[in-house]
Amino acid sequence: MSSLTDDFRRREESITLSSEPAGQGETHELLTLNIGPHHPATHGVLRLLATLEGEIVRDVKPIIGYVHTGIEKTAEDKSYWKVIPVVERMDYVSYYFNAMAFCGAVETLLGVEVPPRAQYLRVIHLELNRIMSHLVWLGTSALDIGAISMLWYCFREKEAILDLFEMSSGQRMHTRYFQVGGVIEDIPRGFEAKLRAFLKEMPRRADQYAALLERNEIVLERLRGTGIVDQETMLKLGVTGPLLRATGNPWDLRKAQPYSSYDHFDFRIPVGTVGDNYDRYRVRHAEFYESVKIIEQAIDGLPEGPFITPDRKVSLPPRHELATSMEALIHHFKLVTEGFRVPPGEAYYPVEGPRGELGCFVRADGSAKPARVHMSDPSFVNLQAFHYMVKDGYIADLIASLAMLDPILGGIDR
Amino acid sequence: MPSGPVAGAGTPPVPDATELELTAQELRDLDPESILDTSFHRGRATLIAEPTRIKTVIEHLFGKGYASIASLHGVDYYPDEPRLGVLYELLDMKRVDRISVKARVHTEAPVIPSIVDLYPGANFPEREVFDMFGVRFEGHPDMRRILMPEDYEGFPQRRDFPTGGEPVLFTYNEEQTYGKWQ
Amino acid sequence: MEIKREPIARNVNTDDLRVRQLRARDMLQGDLDGEDLDQYVQERVLTTTVDKAVAWAQGNSIYPLTFGLACCAIEMITVVAARADIARFGWEALRASPRQADLIILSGRVSIKMAPVIRRLYDQMLEPKWAISMGACCSSMGVFNNYALVPADKFMPISVHVPGCPPRPEALLHGILRLRDKIQGNAPEGWRERYEAVGTEELLPSSPAGSADINIFSRTTPARPGLARPDAERAGGRSGDTAGA
Repeated sequence: MSSLTDDFRRREESITLSSEPAGQGETHELLTLNIGPHHPATHGVLRLLATLEGEIVRDVKPIIGYVHTGIEKTAEDKSYWKVIPVVERMDYVSYYFNAMAFCGAVETLLGVEVPPRAQYLRVIHLELNRIMSHLVWLGTSALDIGAISMLWYCFREKEAILDLFEMSSGQRMHTRYFQVGGVIEDIPRGFEAKLRAFLKEMPRRADQYAALLERNEIVLERLRGTGIVDQETMLKLGVTGPLLRATGNPWDLRKAQPYSSYDHFDFRIPVGTVGDNYDRYRVRHAEFYESVKIIEQAIDGLPEGPFITPDRKVSLPPRHELATSMEALIHHFKLVTEGFRVPPGEAYYPVEGPRGELGCFVRADGSAKPARVHMSDPSFVNLQAFHYMVKDGYIADLIASLAMLDPILGGIDR
Repeated sequence: MPSGPVAGAGTPPVPDATELELTAQELRDLDPESILDTSFHRGRATLIAEPTRIKTVIEHLFGKGYASIASLHGVDYYPDEPRLGVLYELLDMKRVDRISVKARVHTEAPVIPSIVDLYPGANFPEREVFDMFGVRFEGHPDMRRILMPEDYEGFPQRRDFPTGGEPVLFTYNEEQTYGKWQ
Repeated sequence: MEIKREPIARNVNTDDLRVRQLRARDMLQGDLDGEDLDQYVQERVLTTTVDKAVAWAQGNSIYPLTFGLACCAIEMITVVAARADIARFGWEALRASPRQADLIILSGRVSIKMAPVIRRLYDQMLEPKWAISMGACCSSMGVFNNYALVPADKFMPISVHVPGCPPRPEALLHGILRLRDKIQGNAPEGWRERYEAVGTEELLPSSPAGSADINIFSRTTPARPGLARPDAERAGGRSGDTAGA
């Protein structure tokens, strides 16, 4: 532990104090404060060592690892379809995206093709998850800033989305809905009606959130002009997602390298101008409307067909076939006991998560278990930008910047 | 220039095999020992580089336009030697291109130059590779463990490190194992 | 039609709703007096000891600590939100400081780096304090049985374990209500006693000696009133007689 204390003492020495005299002969002094890992900001167990000069933050050092779960190590012990629930629990608010990245990587290695209906269903669930992730972000961020009612309003919408997830897969969170080759089950009969009712309601609610927050002087004072980072710094750090889009760069994998039929849909990418906290808020808020548009187009144009690849070496045969076909029985047996084998190779599959580029690297060695699974999480990379966001700002701006950064510690620590 | 999707609908475009070979040739002209091999599999272009020359390779690719690092991670190739691999996934946003660079080191001397000065975003990922695999990055400003506790011994994600775990409490083994907190 | 009025006899079975209603009416009208009134007050008006009253109050106004670790934290926030609402039970005052909280809900996976922090937080809480281990990860390692996690039972006492991954808000509410019962003194009995599993057996893995061991569950505490059930006592340690497992 002494290395930690020597560390920050050395850093304190390296910081030059501001030149303004404190008045009346007082002297300035640096204070290193430990924020977390348990703190009122509801963003997970992130520990920040903040070096303060008065109220101004001179240096911040994030310390992570407090929810490190060894997901990647556990995934090496399990057959491929059993890795899906393990990997889903990494970034625990955007679980469909984790599953999508992993399934995409394995599908690339297998060379298996996902049928169009499954691709559209995946898009619907991914965009619903994006809306849900942004709702959680908005609720908890507004709570941090002080607009406490927003938590209840956002979670009301989130309950509607979780009802839809429960309808399609039986589970509210960590649904294991995406499988290698498609989705596990087709959507039930009332899903479309309920989805359309939700889609009609959601833009109105998003307008209500805007009306509640955007004319409020306190919110504007706290978000406008704070936490500014310019585009070059963000690009050098490898930051993607709404933080990069807030600086003006329209990089979005759904448009740049479309996967899973995203090129069939017509939507726009909201982009900010200045790169301050207010832009980050506005970019995510505008993504509500765009995601609603995508889901509407997807459910309108949902093609008929199988919901999982017909390749029986990869996906389970439907139950009724087991009674008649011997081959189906053998495939079922092999898949359930050992799992499918993936030919040796390495694949990296990136998707556009709510926080940025979520990539999954899978190394297969020919057996039924992956040899290495690495999830490259956007929050892990975005956290490196945090230092630039809060440097020379007030500590209250640190809280607002942390809220707008939208870190999910499950993804950072894996 | 990026070629179209290669394997199945929806794979991201990458330099195709010929462009990969051209890049490898350029690098070999620069420094004959830098590239050991190239590989193009399922639409993914990989340059297998010599660990000591990795900075030349990365700098050249940076100059070619691959200005973002999407992922930096380690792989344990047990039982193949050299065992510990470090993979760099580079991204060129202007041309929408991805390329991977792989460098493999032995467990006896797991040292590789750091690329933090080129890509400041590689800071945390390199610390994670050190934490999980034991590969030291020379030139990294803060080479410490990031996910495990500071005084942890061992490198968890190596293949010969046991997965570990706790015995689950049932009524029959409650007494023998640690039992419930008294 | 003829209506005949009769006074209610004493010591009648008061489980009958109609009888209770009539006696309540009599009391309100002032028709009960003497022995009847005493009996009525004893049965119906709440008389209790101070301890029980304090426990009742404590159970209805817990201050949980805002402590979310991982995925279960999202479901815990859902419990605070509108649909499944813990404000109904008086528990909506979530406190950020452990000195002011008396319930810690461990929602999520406890990694080895976090365990000493949680222990320190738990020590900072003032007595009386309770802990709910929410989800499978902190109760029993959950999905990830590996080097990085510790089950919460290893370093701190837990009052209620709530299973699930993540538990539904209703499941967490069930756990919360069980904790409230426990605080208020009505701790429900363990499942074996509650479902009257008297006489059931649990087969243990066979010891090297060759004989299988079984746990025999027989009633040692007095049966609840109204339960007509013979006590079943059996000798332990039978071997070979149980179905080959």
